[in-house]
This record gives sequence, C-alpha cells and structure tokens, in this order.
Amino acid sequence: MLGAAIIVFREVFEAALIVGIVLAASAGAPGRSGWVSGGIAAGVVGAGILALFASTIAAAVSGTGQELFNAAILLLAVGMLGWHIVWTSRHGRELAASARAVGEAVISGSRPLYVLAVVCGLAALREGSEIVLFLYGIAAGGGAGAVSLSAGGLLGLAGGVACGAVLYLGLVRIPMRLLFTVTNWMVLLLAAGMAAQAAGFLVQADLLPPLGDAVWDTSAVLREDSVIGKVLHTLIGYVARPDGVQILFYVATLIGIWLLTRWTGRPAPPRLGVPAGRSAATP
Amino acid sequence: MLRLTLLSLGLIFASGANLAAQEATHTLVIKDHRFQPTEIEVPAGQKITLLVKNEDPTPEEFESKDLKREKVIPGGQQATVNIGPLKPGKYEFFGDFNPKTARGHIVVK
Repeated sequence: MLGAAIIVFREVFEAALIVGIVLAASAGAPGRSGWVSGGIAAGVVGAGILALFASTIAAAVSGTGQELFNAAILLLAVGMLGWHIVWTSRHGRELAASARAVGEAVISGSRPLYVLAVVCGLAALREGSEIVLFLYGIAAGGGAGAVSLSAGGLLGLAGGVACGAVLYLGLVRIPMRLLFTVTNWMVLLLAAGMAAQAAGFLVQADLLPPLGDAVWDTSAVLREDSVIGKVLHTLIGYVARPDGVQILFYVATLIGIWLLTRWTGRPAPPRLGVPAGRSAATP
Repeated sequence: MLRLTLLSLGLIFASGANLAAQEATHTLVIKDHRFQPTEIEVPAGQKITLLVKNEDPTPEEFESKDLKREKVIPGGQQATVNIGPLKPGKYEFFGDFNPKTARGHIVVK
C-alpha cells in the first residue's frame, strides 16, 4: 500500500504544483475553476486512453513514439504558457488596475483561460498515464489487494493535491499588485524547464545531438531525486547533469518569450479622433 | 537563410543517424521486477544502445536521473534506450514502478 502511495504521490505532486501555479496565475478571473477542472478532467480521461495505447505508442516511429509524444506534449504546454505570459504582460496594467477598480469582470473575463486549462490537462495527461500503467501493473501482477491498492492510491493522490494547495495558498497571499508579476515569472521558468525536458526526450530519441552530456554536475550538492531537487525540477526545471542542448532550449525559451512580451507589449499608438487610415482615404 | 538553417538541421540529424549505425548494443532483461544484469560496463565517449526486454507481464519504466532517461516498456515487450557518449563514472538506473527491487548501474570506463 505504501509503495502505491509513494509512486502515485510522486506523479500527482508534479501535476499539482503546475495546477497550483496556474490557479494563482488566473486569480480573480471568473470561470477559471470551471476551465481548470475541465482541463484536469479531460487530462485524466486522456491518461486512461493513453495507457490503453501505451504499446502502440511505444512501438511507433521505429520505437521513438513515446519520446516524440512526450516532447510534443511538453512543447505544446510551453507554447500555451508563453502565450499566457505574453497576454498578461500586454494587459498587465489593466489587470493590476482592475484588481482595485470596478469593471474587473470585463477585463479579466476576456483572459484566455482555455490556455491554462490546456496546460493543466496536459500535466494530468502525462503524469496520469504513468499512474494508470503502474496501478494496472500491480493489479495484474496480483501483488496487492484491490482495497490496499486503492487506499494507497488515494493517499498518494491526497498528499500530492495537498502540496499543490499549499503552493497555491502561499501564492495568493501575495498582494494582487505583485501577484501577476510573481506568477508570470514562475510560469516563465516553468515553461523554460518544460522546454529543457522536451529537449531531453528528443536527445533520447536520437533526434537532437546532446551538445555535451552533463555540461555541469551538481548532483553532489543537490540530487534530482531528493525532495528539494524534485520540487525545483518541477518548478524551474532543475537538472543535476544537463545536456548542452537542454541548456540551449532553456535559455532560448526564456529569451524567446521575453522578446515576444517586448514586441507585443509596446503601448498602442494613441487612438484619438478619426483613425489615421480613414482620414487619409476620405476625400 | 531559412533554407540554410533547414540544411544545417538536416546535417545534424544525418550525422546523428550515422553515429547510431555504429554504436554498440547492450541487452538488459527485466524479470520478476529485477534487472539482469545489474551492472553493465561500457567504454567512455561512445554512444550506446540499451535494448531493454521486459519479460514480466506488467509494464515497467526504465528510469535514470544520472543518464536523464525515462521510458515505459509495456509488459512482454522491448524498447531501445540511446545513451552516451558518457564521461567515466557510475550511472544508476532503476525501474520506476518497482524501485525497491529493480535497480542497476552502468559503469563507464
């Protein structure tokens, strides 16, 4: 039972931290709980289906299907998180103001919440499919009774969700004025870490050169499978022995998203009176 | 510019494929939630292919933080895991679904 609890906890933990950040990043937006829980529910259903096709996926694309699938999911999540950052930094001033002023619903209501729902769904899909495979393995192996197995699974689930809840409750104590700055930074680092993880899967599939295995090694200072190591791995993409190409993906994601926010975040030209185009065209 | 980038990407992939053709294969068997053998010795600075055969009826995940690899292998199936080139040292791996029994390491010399 304890074995099942620990393994389920580990998988839920990662997804729960991501959901915790997403919930804090969308604080105050009406309808967000519906979007986020919808995303998670879709992810859980998807995880069950994914586990059914585990053999097919593993054998696809000459045995690299699993790596390609994981990399694709991670890169899709990176895109969604990037889009979230670009959107909030563009509307940052309105968001901060709306926290105090009336008309909050109007502005935050237009936030692209489906982006965050997709991120939560993908997290649930990735971690959930491993849980399904693992629990199926135990159940099929007859190693543990159904009661003990479900008790362990539920214990692990509760523990993981509790960690996500602690992170969320800690974040929402931050004053509204600063909250979106903090969550935007967290989302940025989350995205960069996922991009590095995707690069790792593409190296594993032999589609990318590692550009140097273990450019540095900090495993003596902080092991990746320690508690803090795992938390930092999920939150900021900590890797004890990163490949060169992982560092490249990490930095490129940071710079790429930053450039996008600069590019799209420029204040719009003043729109006073008649739009410039029309005034020139009308005789 | 774009064509040049695509061309160089193509070259990178092609060189990766060339290396793949030369690398050595080591077989690792999973049976009764244990790895056989538990120690594999490989030369440093070379790409290696691990052929992991899961002879258990249940799925297992080959995982290694040291090697930065994770791959689910369904019951009764096999999968290849590309590793290296590696620096000399000891690299631990384990079965994520049975971490207590399924353990082993690669010694790079």
